[in-house]
Amino acid sequence: MKFMMMMHAPRGTGDYQVGDWSPDDFKAHIGFMHGFNKELMDAGEWVDAQGLAAPGEAKLVRAGTDGAPVTDGPFAESKEFLAGYWIVDVPSPERAYELAAKASAAPGPGGAPLNMAVEVRQVMSGPPEA
Amino acid sequence: MSTESTETAVGHLLRELAPQVLGAVARRHGDFAAAEDAVQEALISAAVQWPSSGIPANPRGWLYHVALRRITDHLRSEMARRRREEAVATDLWAEWAFVPPPDAEIGFEGDDTLVLLFMCCHPALTPASAIALTLRAVGGLTTAEIASAFLVPEATMAQRISRAKGSIKASGEGFTMPAGAERAERLGAVLHVLYLIFNEGYASSGGPELQRTDLANEAIRLARAVHALLPGDGDVAGLLALMLLTDARRAARTGPAGELIPLDEQDRALWDPASIEEGVALVSGALSRGRVGAYTLQAAIAAVHDEAPRAEDTDWAQILALYGLLERMSDNPMVSLNRAIAAAMVHGPERGLELLAALDGDARLRGHYRLDAVRAHLHERAGDPERAIAHYRAAAERTASIPERDYLTLKAARLAAARRAAAG
Repeated sequence: MKFMMMMHAPRGTGDYQVGDWSPDDFKAHIGFMHGFNKELMDAGEWVDAQGLAAPGEAKLVRAGTDGAPVTDGPFAESKEFLAGYWIVDVPSPERAYELAAKASAAPGPGGAPLNMAVEVRQVMSGPPEA
Repeated sequence: MSTESTETAVGHLLRELAPQVLGAVARRHGDFAAAEDAVQEALISAAVQWPSSGIPANPRGWLYHVALRRITDHLRSEMARRRREEAVATDLWAEWAFVPPPDAEIGFEGDDTLVLLFMCCHPALTPASAIALTLRAVGGLTTAEIASAFLVPEATMAQRISRAKGSIKASGEGFTMPAGAERAERLGAVLHVLYLIFNEGYASSGGPELQRTDLANEAIRLARAVHALLPGDGDVAGLLALMLLTDARRAARTGPAGELIPLDEQDRALWDPASIEEGVALVSGALSRGRVGAYTLQAAIAAVHDEAPRAEDTDWAQILALYGLLERMSDNPMVSLNRAIAAAMVHGPERGLELLAALDGDARLRGHYRLDAVRAHLHERAGDPERAIAHYRAAAERTASIPERDYLTLKAARLAAARRAAAG
């Protein structure tokens, strides 16, 4: 079963609060993510993972009456933003929750777990049974 | 022959030879994991070379020798590394510098395919790992082909296969045939893995997924190989029959946009008569042999559907009786769901709904979309569109299949539109 794990980061005062972290804290965070990805690959569960650029330039796009793009944003007031996602192929939803909890506990300032919200959704890749 | 058809012919030949070569190499070398890697390398070399150089006079011997040479190369470089590290000269390697024996002396044995299947479907493996390893070691598919079938990156599939081999190694299982009761039990695991491969392939066939490796065909090919080795086994015949009788409807079960077409709306002229004939013969043979297993019963049900010239000619009473037998045998709530459909066809939708009510307490079905989907269908047949719409919508929200979701959503939308039109 494939699941998408979407990691929501708190917006705080700037796009990325990580700029205020100590270099060691930041390195520990990057090291954690690197190790987490490697663990997924070694387990044969990794399908895809992407980090998204800072939300400062994020736009909402809709088609105008002539089909041309009409953009809105950025939205400085939103409290959280999508920082990145993983797609994993695992035997059960419980395994996906376990992985999401691990990602959520990525270390932040002082090495304390960030406990970011990770939204877990099944990817519609299942076979029909009828 | 055109280049493309040469490549196809080479591909078919390699898949057929793969388990025979792996069996011989594994028995000679002893280390299944290393043998499997070496044979995979030999298969890839052949797939690259043969289409232009031509198929060698003895393709099986060619693959065997190339695979053994790969093992020798790996050992030699490993030993060279150790020699450098330890500065100890040994003549160990001379043992591996053998002259390959003539083909007649290579021990190719028919049973090797079975031994390999027992290994690949080892109980220590998760179903996903067993499927991947079976397709590579016995099916002769490349890692890239298996990865494409499951829509995961090749590196992920390679890792899954390598871990599966690690688990087999850790279990201490040698390259031997399991004996007695264990053999029967392990054959059950093998058939289950083949069944899962078929389902994965059958469900995803057609529509936008055409470029994916055809797992349904692979499963049928492997089931045929097992049936050829164990022609007297009713479960094997039953499984092969079930696959053929289900696959026979493949061309009719999806529309041009990949949408699902239910059995009663399919164009039966598109069903494959050769597969039906073969499947019916197999299932008749298996039924006449006495002890009838679950695969044979499912195949018998599929045969009843396939033999009806029109949907309204379907012998539902017989299907209901077969589901009754199956239910007593398997304690599977999905079987009970299907029996409720058959009961509705014989005795009316109210009877089906009564049977479904008894399934509401089954924890295994809690939140499963099929319960809602069947209930919606029966309410629709009972002339209760309001309840049918609610259950179709609930089912659409719960399924993890896009074609299924689209089908259920469309059913709800049609009923809702008809109701609005009637209200007027």
